[in-house]
Amino acid sequence: MKKIEAIIRKSKYRAVKEALHDVGINFFSYWDVTGQGHEKEGHVYRGITYSTSDIQRRHLSIVINDEFEEATIKAILSSAATGEVGDGKIFVSDIQDSYRIRTGEKGGDTLK
Amino acid sequence: MELLTTNNVWMMICTALVFFMHLGFAFLEIGLTRQKNTINILFKNIFIITTGLLLYCLLGFNLMYPGEFNGFLGFAGIGLDAPLAGGTLDLTYNQGYTYWTDFLFQGMFAATAATIVSGAVAERMKIGPFMIFTIIYVGLIYPIAGSWKWGGGFLDKLGFYDFAGSTLVHSVGGWAALVAVWLLGSRIGKFKDGKPQAITGHNIPLATAGVIILWLGWFGFNGGSVLSADPRLTSLTLVTTCLAASAGGVVAAIVSGVLYKNLDLTMFLNGILGGLVGITAGADQMSPTDAILIGSIAGAIIIFAVSSIDKLKLDDPVGAIAVHLICGIWGTLAVGIFGTLAGWNQFLSQLIGVGSYAIICIVSTFIILFTLKKTVGIRVSEKEELEGLDNHEHGMNAYPDFRLNEH
Repeated sequence: MKKIEAIIRKSKYRAVKEALHDVGINFFSYWDVTGQGHEKEGHVYRGITYSTSDIQRRHLSIVINDEFEEATIKAILSSAATGEVGDGKIFVSDIQDSYRIRTGEKGGDTLK
Repeated sequence: MELLTTNNVWMMICTALVFFMHLGFAFLEIGLTRQKNTINILFKNIFIITTGLLLYCLLGFNLMYPGEFNGFLGFAGIGLDAPLAGGTLDLTYNQGYTYWTDFLFQGMFAATAATIVSGAVAERMKIGPFMIFTIIYVGLIYPIAGSWKWGGGFLDKLGFYDFAGSTLVHSVGGWAALVAVWLLGSRIGKFKDGKPQAITGHNIPLATAGVIILWLGWFGFNGGSVLSADPRLTSLTLVTTCLAASAGGVVAAIVSGVLYKNLDLTMFLNGILGGLVGITAGADQMSPTDAILIGSIAGAIIIFAVSSIDKLKLDDPVGAIAVHLICGIWGTLAVGIFGTLAGWNQFLSQLIGVGSYAIICIVSTFIILFTLKKTVGIRVSEKEELEGLDNHEHGMNAYPDFRLNEH
């Protein structure tokens, strides 16, 4: 089992969600995050120009069986990219175990 | 009798509209500041309207309208004393309204002056000293200064004209705001290596609602200052008021757009208020064209005033000094330049008026706040400022059920 974590633009969330559905990924969780990155956003407030490196992104956490890894990563790469600095990152890690709380089942089947 | 009833009803509507302006001020001020100080600002504004009315009942009304007096300071006694005729309220008191309406309408104005200060000192002033300042300023200084013109004092005899209070209300608040901001110092983080930094407001929709509410309130502020329901004057006054507001907003938006290459809504909003404050001194004396010109110039002034105040290292989070002081002065002087009263002599009278109010407001605010600064202190500690006045002065959170970015 793998965990795919993706930090993407909020504006790309819809496209990513649909691309994931297309490859059969229907379960994942996400939350909004604020972080620091290369991108600087320029603003003007009451005549004062300022830039902030605090940027808003959406963080997706997807736990899948190994055979879905490649398709999932491809789906995110193709749907979340704009080509500009600030498109985000994908991290992949191993997951040791998984349990379904309702039944107590264990293993890869719980991800189906 | 029927005329009095009509007049009186209009004046009571205007009283209610001016009362509503206090919500507008509150929304604007919390919108343009950070969420951690929201309760503090709301508390101050609620304190001002409640205490202000009580003080105006106790002292203010009779200080401001003492009847026959020496032109500088008069007092007709503590509390309200309605004129009676045959055991009931004397309805010949005035053609335009009854004694009670007069009191309440003027009382609503009184509190406004301190509300202006509340926005300028936001996010760093101790609540206790602010309350003491408010009590003295609204209870004594505002009505004494007001008596000079509206109470029939020396500026009235001199020919100084201020229809609804560009100077008597707005500059009186604005001068105090200027002195207070100077004595307080800037918020932590406002100036870095001498350069002004943006400390963004936390709720721009609320600020927008506040400005629209203030504009609505101005229908009563200026419309009621006709002091009767006279159809010619009230209608014209509402037209000049609204045109100046519109022109002020549009010009401020254009000027800030050209200068800063950015369509800044908060400047648009300040421009509307600048236009409103600007027209207030002569709203009944101007043609629609004059009103548009006065409003437009006020709108341009706002943009330059906001950046000049930043350059002077004065930290005014909501733009109160630019709006109420600078545009108040402009509006007062404009009575000598535009409209039916225009002329050199009138301009001089206006100038003397502006100068007189500058003196009483600057001196009195300095004495009150400097005394407080040297005794109890007027500024919260660094820790309190960074963590928010809501937590430390009030032990409350304005939005306990949702997380927003705190900075």
